[in-house]
Amino acid sequence: MKQLKQISIFSENKPGRLKKITKVLAEEGVNILAINIASSNGFGVIKFIVDKCELAYQKLKQKGFTVSLNEVLAIELVDRPGGLFEVATMLSEKKINIENAYVLILGSRKKAFLIVDVDDIEKAKKLLKHENLRFFKAHKNVKRETV
Amino acid sequence: MFWQKDIETISRKALEALQLKRLKQTVRQAWTNVPFYRDYFSKLSIKPKDITSLKAMQKLPLTTREDLRLNYPFGMLAVTKEQVVRLHTSSGTTGKPKAIFFSKKDVDRAADLIARCLIMTGVKKDDVLQNMMTYGLFTGALVMHYGAEKVGVLVIPAGPGNTKRQIALMQDFKTTTLHLTPSYALYLASVMHNEGLDPKKDFFLRRAYLGSEPYSEETRNKIEKFFGIDVYNSYGLSEMNGPGVAFECMEKDGMHLWEDNFIMEIIDPETGDKLPEGEKGELVLTTLCREAMPILRYRTRDIAMIIPGKCKCGRTHRRISRIIGRSDDMIIIRGVNIFPQQIERVLMGIKAVAQNYQIVLEAYDQMTVRVEISKDLFDGRVEHLVNLQNEITEKLRSEILVKPKVELLEPGTLPVSEGKSTRVIDKRTL
Repeated sequence: MKQLKQISIFSENKPGRLKKITKVLAEEGVNILAINIASSNGFGVIKFIVDKCELAYQKLKQKGFTVSLNEVLAIELVDRPGGLFEVATMLSEKKINIENAYVLILGSRKKAFLIVDVDDIEKAKKLLKHENLRFFKAHKNVKRETV
Repeated sequence: MFWQKDIETISRKALEALQLKRLKQTVRQAWTNVPFYRDYFSKLSIKPKDITSLKAMQKLPLTTREDLRLNYPFGMLAVTKEQVVRLHTSSGTTGKPKAIFFSKKDVDRAADLIARCLIMTGVKKDDVLQNMMTYGLFTGALVMHYGAEKVGVLVIPAGPGNTKRQIALMQDFKTTTLHLTPSYALYLASVMHNEGLDPKKDFFLRRAYLGSEPYSEETRNKIEKFFGIDVYNSYGLSEMNGPGVAFECMEKDGMHLWEDNFIMEIIDPETGDKLPEGEKGELVLTTLCREAMPILRYRTRDIAMIIPGKCKCGRTHRRISRIIGRSDDMIIIRGVNIFPQQIERVLMGIKAVAQNYQIVLEAYDQMTVRVEISKDLFDGRVEHLVNLQNEITEKLRSEILVKPKVELLEPGTLPVSEGKSTRVIDKRTL
């Protein structure tokens, strides 16, 4: 199981914040593979999966953003009805609680991954180790691998 | 109508002569019986005999809130403990409170001043006054209560809150007069509205006294229109007896300050220089009739001006404007005194909070505390941030007794504060 990291950025819920963040990524030539925005009571947390994760993290930090980096599960979804159901069933059986989830699609719908943010990543990885699941393989799916 | 017509309509000349006579007594009383004042006078090489005119009183030192705190609990007392009959304290939320003592005579005089205010606004013996201010250490309710009893009206000592019961009392006992804070009046209006009640048809209200918080003419108009009543502005502070220091007559054009009981000055809060009538500055008050606790040139921290000219009502006691602001950092919200330092103390006790914060006050006494989160403790979890937000809200509520809205901000978004003043942004248009 390769590690996949997600960047989380704290942001006030107001116009222009996403623009500022993505400007930094654009200037550094970082490609965004997936994005998720969760907002609550006037603030939000923006999550990215990018190709050059470490670089993006450092640059955002330098620019003064409130940012953190953490590992997530990236489980491959089969592109047919019931694809997500199978994965959800598996997670449910293992009693893995999903903190946050979103989808990463690569190669024009050739491959889709469910990005799952869990409380205890190591435990989740252990629980899913022997299951019939395919995980994101960074070196295969991202060209300039820095993940 | 007048309660004490002779004194309320006394000529300016006679009033000033009376003020000077009483000022001399007060100064001598303070010098003789209050070591704090005696020391203060000697430092400035002043003797009571130097106060030969009202003008000369500017030689006297200013008394500050801090002086009262430092002399807590008994330091400002000018009589023996046997002679005092009542204690009030003024919300000393940071450190020590201020103790305010009343002798029997003081209680009676304060009641007389309230009686003047009530009669001045048309109250009669058959009126029913529902007193919705807080009873207890706060002077607001009790001082009004005694004055109203003195006039002979029926007083309902309802205290604040429990709005449905308030409404029932108002209906059952045909309340004609309310005493409450402007924010509670607005809240009461919204509850009545939601209950489908029409204050003009379903109640017997004639007037309300609004005090203890600053509010605007627009708010007065709004409240008057909704309830179909006359609203009179009331000014007082615990250090000066509480309510009844200054009060509006039926002209509703400024509050008559009872100058036979207090000498008022308006000063520049920066330089301490006395300002002329019509200019805004800090209101400074000297008690003239207080036995238990005379206070000389007390800095109220309230910004107002003296309204020049005579009032049509015939009273010769000059009027002050609404309180335009405060020259310090204390916040009054929903009738509760809050100091930014209290909020700071709570915030700084929470790890995930960074140094900077801001307090924003908006219409209807909405309070928002804007907090920068700590970069180092950010882990990307929305849930953790929501928990943090709830934790801050709850801790603040239990400290300041008002539930604020809490906004989480990115570090570095707030202007770096150079003084306490920039911490508080008061957008209230009340």
